[in-house]
Amino acid sequence: MIASLIQLLTGMAEASSLFLVAAGLTVIFGVTRVVNFAHGSLFMLGAYIGWSILSRMPRDPEYFALGVILAGLATAAIGAALEMTLLRRIYRAPELLQLLATFGVVLMVQDATLHLWGPEDLTLPRGRWLRSAVVILGERFPLYDLILIALGPIVLAIIWMIFTRTRWGTLVRAATQDRDMVSALGVDQRRLFTSVFAMGSGLAGMAGALALPEASANLQMDLTAITDAFVVVVIGGLGSISGAYLAALLIGILQAVGIIWLPKSTLVLVFVVMAAVLIVRPNGLRGRKLTAARGEADTIASIKPASPSLKLAALATLAIAIAAPFVIGPFALSVLTEMAIAILFAASLHVMMGPGGMASFGHAAWFGIGAYAAALPVKLLTVSMPIALLIAPIAAGMVALAVGALVVRLNGVTLAMLTLAFAQIVWAVAFQWSDVTGGDNGILGVWPPSWAGPQAMYFLALSLCAGGALLLRKMLYAPWGFALRASRDSTQRAEAIGLDTQRLRLTAFTLAGSAAGLAGGLAAFTKGSVFPTTISIGHSVDALVMVLLGGVQTMAGPIIGAIVYTGLFDALLLATDLWRFVLGAAIVAIVLIVPQGIAGLAKR
Amino acid sequence: MSILEVQGLTKSFGGVAAVRGVSFTVEPGEMLALIGPNGAGKSTCFNMLGGQLPPDSGQVLLQGQNITFLPPRHICRLGVGRTFQITQIFASMSVRENVQTALLSHHRQSWKLWRAADTHHITEAEALLYKVGLATQAARPSAELAYGDLKRLELAIALAGQPRLLLMDEPTAGVAPAERAGLMDLVANLAREGQMAVLFTEHDMEIVFSCADRILVMDHGSLIAEGNATSIRANPQVQAVYLGTAA
Ligand SMILES: Nc1ncnc2c1ncn2[C@@H]1O[C@H](COP(=O)(O)OP(=O)(O)OP(=O)(O)O)[C@@H](O)[C@H]1O
Ligand SMILES: [Mg+2]
Repeated sequence: MIASLIQLLTGMAEASSLFLVAAGLTVIFGVTRVVNFAHGSLFMLGAYIGWSILSRMPRDPEYFALGVILAGLATAAIGAALEMTLLRRIYRAPELLQLLATFGVVLMVQDATLHLWGPEDLTLPRGRWLRSAVVILGERFPLYDLILIALGPIVLAIIWMIFTRTRWGTLVRAATQDRDMVSALGVDQRRLFTSVFAMGSGLAGMAGALALPEASANLQMDLTAITDAFVVVVIGGLGSISGAYLAALLIGILQAVGIIWLPKSTLVLVFVVMAAVLIVRPNGLRGRKLTAARGEADTIASIKPASPSLKLAALATLAIAIAAPFVIGPFALSVLTEMAIAILFAASLHVMMGPGGMASFGHAAWFGIGAYAAALPVKLLTVSMPIALLIAPIAAGMVALAVGALVVRLNGVTLAMLTLAFAQIVWAVAFQWSDVTGGDNGILGVWPPSWAGPQAMYFLALSLCAGGALLLRKMLYAPWGFALRASRDSTQRAEAIGLDTQRLRLTAFTLAGSAAGLAGGLAAFTKGSVFPTTISIGHSVDALVMVLLGGVQTMAGPIIGAIVYTGLFDALLLATDLWRFVLGAAIVAIVLIVPQGIAGLAKR
Repeated sequence: MSILEVQGLTKSFGGVAAVRGVSFTVEPGEMLALIGPNGAGKSTCFNMLGGQLPPDSGQVLLQGQNITFLPPRHICRLGVGRTFQITQIFASMSVRENVQTALLSHHRQSWKLWRAADTHHITEAEALLYKVGLATQAARPSAELAYGDLKRLELAIALAGQPRLLLMDEPTAGVAPAERAGLMDLVANLAREGQMAVLFTEHDMEIVFSCADRILVMDHGSLIAEGNATSIRANPQVQAVYLGTAA
């Protein structure tokens, strides 16, 4: 009983931390309708800036408070600058492009932070008050955790007061409901948005600084924070602050208590709870159905069969791909193999995102499941390669079927975030379950049998991946693909002509997962190893960039995108240490300059 | 037997009663108009008949079979086609592909994975497009159509399912006045030829009085009158609702 009370308190402290990160995200979303992936980066910057300030100040509580506020203000200023230079230009873009552009910022901030503060984790020397504890029912409980517990409701109350008792807050709430109405009132909408963004960023920065005493400032905290914040915001209901607090409490306590009962599976527990909440309440605990906030950017281009010139280009590319291994060196061959695999990875995501209309930010999950599902039987049961390559798509497809059954009812950002959260969980399982997966060290020595040298593996990858991509294409032009597209274009109309839109979406989800799984299995054998990074957010974003670079609304897009992106990416890795920064900037540029992608551009 | 029998259908949104205890029948081959001022509850009624909305209470019987809580796709399979007040079509497809997609679904071929969809049911699709007057537009991207033509396309999509009952929510809204009568005559002819019943809402009274075999009038969620054109024209309650004069 006492133990569980302490767990409960720990959970509440955790909830406050979660809430502080999520509050800013949900405030920003509520008004601007942008899901800011860079929110975790602002959290990280808050921690680093906080460390720089606090490590130079006396270790008394009042200086700590001052330092946290200063870190928040600095982050708010950075957020305002970010809003004015980037966000403001993409308010009317499709949400996936917004996520992508702000992910570009994540990459840029990662490299900038690395260069400013170095690679080491930075811990704060803790003053005595930070180490002291309070005795509750005979148990010692950290004082700082008690402060955090109080801080959550206090911040919630302050935000609530600002929103209900000030003119600014009233305007912000009005803007949340109807953006155009507010600008019709003569309010400078741009300044309103900038100030909201600054406030949300400041909250993230303070949360980052407040995390210092219990953790450290490190380069992974941006993605951890954003995943946590996404989960909380989605469960709470996009745009709802009180919902965010409720969700934070739910998750915080679930984690603290869950760790006793299911020590290794708290993440899975969180995902299941999230899925359960969203099934009962698709808009989250306190969320409302969102009114459309975007202009025509989402309208769908019509899809036409490939023109003769495109078919010719495809044949020429295929001829080059078949002839190339006989003239190029081993490095170039490995790049070509990577490209072939990337084609299937991108084409499978395209099935979901394009014709399926389901945004996914976690496509690497399927690739990773396929890779591990191929590698593990080889290592543990000495299964042969052909069998392993059969297991990969089946395993990925089966998990996709189970997850899809829970999530295909959802739409837009919610679905994007759920897929992201699921991928993070798969990543965590691969990372933490080291007895089986080797954890961070991965699985090594997944080599193909001796008859399959690099050239043979290339041809295997080329035939399976190009063949797979063509097969998917064929299906998209067949009645099933039309029915799927019909479900996306107008669910109401599709249902009214007798189509089962959920089942169509679920098959597309499963098929995409399975195809990505095959790509993952091939990757395991061509690289000879599997690491948790195959499931990282970065890898999911690779697939997204390929599809968007090529153009979502064309069938050739993902293929062109995969080839171009893999080539550029490998060149970038060779050329500079700052590849993250350059890649991030390039992603932002793509979104701003060619949102319709290369193939979309060529069509005009 | 009536093709459709509606008994005591009721629906409220929050505290607002949108439809209160509406009962009526639709006979085979008849053109039945449901009229009433904006917000009377016509679309809400349609959505309960088509399965888009679950009613709070009441029943919908299709040739005696209770279809009250069935999902729209099952209701469609039982022979109910519909158009929406805000047209719903497949914007990424050409005009003909829209109809082909509907035909594929009607023939239960939507799960085929191999042969290209646009090679299926070409003649049937073109015949339907010809019927609604879109023959020359078949190859155009549907997103480019004028609003009136979208209404025609939606009709062709609905007809592809060979419905016994066609629900049309404001079929002529947005159609040029000169074309309205033609479009509704077409529907009326289809109804008579194919013994298909049509229930439609409409704000253009001329159309209603000339096309409908029978008229139902709704106001504030309730049916207030029923009859043929002459009796509805003469009904003081209906005049009050439409002209604002005291009943
Ligand atoms: N989804 C909804 N949520 C809340 N209220 C609704 C909803 N749909 C309709 N209503 C309300 O129910 C009432 C009836 O609306 P309905 O759309 O059925 O009217 P209508 O007769 O079709 O009007 P119109 O001629 O303008 O199309 C209106 O007061 C409307 O505001
Ligand atoms: Mg209506």
